[in-house]
Amino acid sequence: MSHDLGPAVRDMRRYAGRARRNRVWMGLCMAATAFGLAMLGLILGALLWRGFTALGPAVFTQTTPPPGAAGGLLNAIVGSLMMSAIGVVAGAPIGVLAGTYLAEYGRSSPLAAVVRFINDILLSAPSIVVGLFVYEVAVRPMGHFSGLAGGAALAVIVVPVVLRTTEDMLRLVPTQLREAAYALGMPRSLVIRRIVYASARTGMITGVMLAVARISGETAPLLFTALNNQFFSADLGAPMASLPAVIFQFAMSPYKEWQDLAWAGALLITLTVLALSIAARALTARSSA
Amino acid sequence: MTDASLHPSRALATATADRARALARHRIPDAVFAALTRAAALAVLVMLGGVIVSLARGAWPAFSAFGLDFLTTSTWNPVKERFGALAPIYGTVVTSLIAMLIAVPVGLGIAVFLTELCPRPLRRPIGIAVELLAGIPSIIYGVWGLFVLAPFLQETVQPALIATLGRAPLIGPLFEGPPYGIGLLTASLILAVMVLPFITSVSRDVFETVPPMLKESAYGLGCTTWEVVRRVVLPYTRAGVIGGVMLGLGRALGETMAVTFVIGNAHKIQASLLAPATTISASIANEFTEAVGDLYTASLIALGLILFVITFVVLAAARLMLMQLERRQGA
Repeated sequence: MSHDLGPAVRDMRRYAGRARRNRVWMGLCMAATAFGLAMLGLILGALLWRGFTALGPAVFTQTTPPPGAAGGLLNAIVGSLMMSAIGVVAGAPIGVLAGTYLAEYGRSSPLAAVVRFINDILLSAPSIVVGLFVYEVAVRPMGHFSGLAGGAALAVIVVPVVLRTTEDMLRLVPTQLREAAYALGMPRSLVIRRIVYASARTGMITGVMLAVARISGETAPLLFTALNNQFFSADLGAPMASLPAVIFQFAMSPYKEWQDLAWAGALLITLTVLALSIAARALTARSSA
Repeated sequence: MTDASLHPSRALATATADRARALARHRIPDAVFAALTRAAALAVLVMLGGVIVSLARGAWPAFSAFGLDFLTTSTWNPVKERFGALAPIYGTVVTSLIAMLIAVPVGLGIAVFLTELCPRPLRRPIGIAVELLAGIPSIIYGVWGLFVLAPFLQETVQPALIATLGRAPLIGPLFEGPPYGIGLLTASLILAVMVLPFITSVSRDVFETVPPMLKESAYGLGCTTWEVVRRVVLPYTRAGVIGGVMLGLGRALGETMAVTFVIGNAHKIQASLLAPATTISASIANEFTEAVGDLYTASLIALGLILFVITFVVLAAARLMLMQLERRQGA
C-alpha cells in the first residue's frame, strides 16, 4: 500500500534509507581500519614476544650454530653490516648525482623524463630479479658467490630510493636561492654543491636512511649473490652470511634452536628498520618546522 | 699616480681579469660535475638494460630447448630436465588476485576513514601506523606467516572452510583437501596485508587532492558522507586509485620472501586454494642455489625474466595513470 503514502512520508523513508546506507559503509571503513591496525599489532606483538624471548647476549657474541646446538648470529650481523655498507657507499652517490641531474640539469629534458619513469618502476621492481641480474653479471663470471656481489645487489636497490628522495628534496629548494648565488657570479656546480645541497641536506640524509632501512631486510637479492656462510668471515671475496638469509634458512628448519634464532634475527631487523624510519621522520619534522 | 688601485678604469680591468681567471678555474670542474650527474642518470637506464639483457641471455637455453611450451606446460622435472612455467605463473597470478580482492576494499576503506571520518588528532598516528606496516621487511611477514598465521589457519579457519564451503556446490572444489596450513590461501592473505599500506597511502594521497569546494558543495546539497565518497571523491580520483591499485598489484606479483615461507613449493596446479602451490619468485628463491645443470638454472632465470616483464608492464601502466593525474593537477 506504499503508493498511498504522501510524498513527505516517502521522503522520510528515503532519508532513513540513505542514512542507514551511510552508517553501514562508514562502519565498514572503520572495520577496515581496525583490521589494518590489528594486523600491525598482531605482527609486532608476536615479533616482540618471540624475539625478546630468544634474544640474549649469545646472539651478539657467538656465530651461527650447527643444527640442534645453541649459538648466536654474530657472523650474520657482521655480514649484514658489511654488505649494507657496501650497498650504501656504492649506491648512494649514484643516486644523489642522478637525482641532481633530474632536479637541476635535466629538469624537463626527454632524458630526465625517461630516467624518472624507469626509476619509479625500478623502485618497486621485484628484488629477486636484482639477485638474478647480479648473479649473471658478477657471480657467474667470477665463478663463486661473494660478499662483494651481495653488496653490489644491495647497491642496485639503493640507487632508485636515493635518486627519488634526492630529486624531491632538491626541487623543494627555492629558485631564488639559486638565482641569488648565480647573481654573485658562482658557477653552476658550486651553486649546486654549496647552496642547493646545503639547504636540502637533511632531506637527502633522510633518503639515504630510508634506503638503508629498505636494504636491511632485503633477502631475495642476497640468496644467490652472497649466499650464506655458517662461519665467521669478513672476506668479501667469499660467501657471506647475512641476517635475512640466516632467518630464511633457520625459520624453515625443524630445529627449535634455529627457529628461536630466526625470531631473534627478525626482531633485530625490525628494530633497525623502525629506528631508521623514526629517525628519518624526526629529521624531516625538525627541518620542516 | 701610477698605482693601479687608485685608477678606477685600471682597477676595473684587474677585477674583471680576476673574475675571468676565477671563472676559468671553475670551468673544468663545472663541466666534470655536470657530466657526472648525467652519467649517473644514464646509469639508471644502463641498469634496466643490464637486467633485461642479462636475464634474456641467462634464460636463452631454456627458451631454445622448450620454445613456447615453456609457457604452456606445467611439468617441472629436474631429473629428466623437463621444465614448464605454467604452475608458477598460475600461482603468482592467483595469489596476487586473491590478495588484491582483499586488500583493495580494505585499503580504500582505510583511506576513506583517514580522509573523511577520522578525528584530526588521530589522523597522523593512524597514518604512521599504516606506513609502519609498509616498512616492515617482507621476510618478517614470511616468518610471522609461517609460525603464527599458518598454524592458526590450519587449526581453526581451514577445517571450518572445508566443512562448510568445501561441501558447497560450484565453489566446493576451491576448499577441498586436508588443511595443510600453508598453501595458496595463506600466501594470498599475507600478500594482502603486505600490499594494503601501498594501496592505502596512494589512495589517501589522491583523495586529498579533491578540491574541498567540490566536496562541500555536495555536503551542502545534503549528501551523506558515503554519497560524497561514492559520487564525488571516487569519480574525481579514479585514475589515481587505479594507479595505486596497480602499484600494489606490481608489488604482490613480485613479492618473494613473504610468499616463499608459506606457499609450500609444489609445482602443481590444483583447484583447491588450500593446497600447496608455488609462485615464480618462490620457485626461484627455493631452488636457484640447489639447481644443478645449466638447463635447470636457465629455466629459473627464464622464470625471473617472465616475472620482470609482467611486473614491468603492470608498474608502467600504474605510473602512466598516476602521471596522467599529476598532469591534470598541474593544469
